[in-house]
Amino acid sequence: MGRLVVLLELSNISKHFGAIQAVNDISLSFEAGQVVGLMGDNGAGKSTLVKMIAGNYRPSHGTMRINGNDIVLHRPIEARQFGIEIVHQDLALCDNLSAAANVFLGRELRRGIGPFRVLDYKAMYRRAGEIFKELRSETRARDLVKQMSGGQRQAVAIARTMISEAKIVLMDEPTAAISVRQVAEVLHLIRELRARGILVVLISHRMPDVFDVADRVVVMRRGRKVADKPIAQTSPEEVTGLITGAIEGG
Amino acid sequence: MATTLDQTIARRQRTLGGAILGSQTFWVLVAVILACLFLSFATDSFATAKNLYNITRNVTFVAIIALGMTLVIITGGIDLSVGSVLCLCSMVLAVTMHAGYGIGTGIAVSVATALVIGAFNGILIAYLGFPPFVVTLGMLSVARSLAMVASNNTVVFEFGPDHDKLLALGGGSTFGVANPVIYMVVLALLTGFVLRWTRIGRYIYAIGGNEQAAMATGLPVRPIKVCVYMISALSAGVAGIIQTGWLGAVTTNIGAGMELQVIAAAVIGGANLAGGAGTAFGALVGAALIEVIRNSLGLLGINAFWQGTFIGSATILAVLFDRIRNFRRSE
Ligand SMILES: Nc1ncnc2c1ncn2[C@@H]1O[C@H](COP(=O)(O)OP(=O)(O)O)[C@@H](O)[C@H]1O
Ligand SMILES: [Mg+2]
Repeated sequence: MGRLVVLLELSNISKHFGAIQAVNDISLSFEAGQVVGLMGDNGAGKSTLVKMIAGNYRPSHGTMRINGNDIVLHRPIEARQFGIEIVHQDLALCDNLSAAANVFLGRELRRGIGPFRVLDYKAMYRRAGEIFKELRSETRARDLVKQMSGGQRQAVAIARTMISEAKIVLMDEPTAAISVRQVAEVLHLIRELRARGILVVLISHRMPDVFDVADRVVVMRRGRKVADKPIAQTSPEEVTGLITGAIEGG
Repeated sequence: MATTLDQTIARRQRTLGGAILGSQTFWVLVAVILACLFLSFATDSFATAKNLYNITRNVTFVAIIALGMTLVIITGGIDLSVGSVLCLCSMVLAVTMHAGYGIGTGIAVSVATALVIGAFNGILIAYLGFPPFVVTLGMLSVARSLAMVASNNTVVFEFGPDHDKLLALGGGSTFGVANPVIYMVVLALLTGFVLRWTRIGRYIYAIGGNEQAAMATGLPVRPIKVCVYMISALSAGVAGIIQTGWLGAVTTNIGAGMELQVIAAAVIGGANLAGGAGTAFGALVGAALIEVIRNSLGLLGINAFWQGTFIGSATILAVLFDRIRNFRRSE
């Protein structure tokens, strides 16, 4: 492997909700073009950690750095400006809108000039269709999300990250609710993202998925980081032990 | 494989015709047209120029407020205060003009009142997490009471130096069309445009569809919610101003119970109280159905006490239609 540039750096990040310490003093650094598996039991703090990177939550303590510069994110829009995209665990889609409307939500394409700009339905349908084709997903841009299967919904959520020049894609349990064939498609997509030099943080419960695509695995337990290892230097058994606490990390 | 995937992605799920036949608004429109045809043949007095003029004008007050209400309902909220806000705004206009100020000042003060009330409702709901039902129920009481305070519970029918201008604004007509109808059409086009062609419109639907998702995506959910309650109050205020000009007098009980008609109109027109669905055109069609029912009962010599039964049944029927469609889909 060539030299890798540190893209995203977390230093002593903590987050508490009232008395609950969801994330506790985590330091991590991520490089471009890596797939990092983030594992841990339910409630370990994985979603909270990636939500801080995506600008959904502000850390209670600690700093984040992108390309060596400190950043403070107040809202998801600001994270996106740094090329950070997230696929939420609950997918965060609007059932009453079309696939294309969901893909472009908050970043609608418009046509016209100045204050007279209107939504450009045609362009959004076309572009969303192109992305679904790239994802090799049988998802129609004009369909309402209400009527879609789990895999199609996943494709819509992932397509959201692909309409911009993302540098970091955070995926929270993208393979939890979909069929085996579609899991393969999502993993294929993750490799595709890595090939483009994108950092992918993959939260998953599924050991085979992580060992299939990840370069590195980070394990969290009760808000703390208990392991951070190259995938080649660990095994599913060890990771399972770290997750459950049978093996002490640190 | 590649071509079949292309074809699948490009295929439309439903044709335009299918979309129209599947829409509640379309069937309500059909009901309105059938009712009008029936009444034209069954009575001599329905299809007269005077009656049609009256119907179209009467529709406007409910329809204009139903436009604002539809926005609120699409976001998943409700505004029970519109009838009282109409009353308060009418009264503020009347009292201001009665005190000798011009029509411009009167309208400005009245519109400002509406916006302040809407902002108050919206901020409590969006920023402080109050349930819309509670906040606007409280405002229903407050606004009417303030109207009584403002007028000392008297009838105002002298509007100062611009008296005639106000009456022309609400009671006049242009090219044979009642002025209120023109305002309604303009406001409906504006609302329809915003809903379909602007980001704000899209975000209003997104909030109603999945507020959590809208938040997580970083949409300005709270400001938009404040906005829709302000627009709802404004629509009530505008209807109040026009109605004042038409009636030529304001009492403290105008608009009483109107919130129910307005909500019924929005729901009949396809707005979903669970949020996420509704159109400007639907609001007009719903208001039209209610007015046609009301008008026809009179013409057919049916006791006016039956009015509530018919309007209520129409509301339930319209929603029943939507339920049946959902059942069929989930099978
Ligand atoms: N918005 C929130 N408010 C309060 N507690 C929260 C919130 N989000 C997460 N938590 C708590 O933080 C802990 C970590 O949750 P989470 O990050 O969702 O875990 P994971 O994704 O690893 O399952 C849990 O105890 C959870 O209940
Ligand atoms: Mg989680």
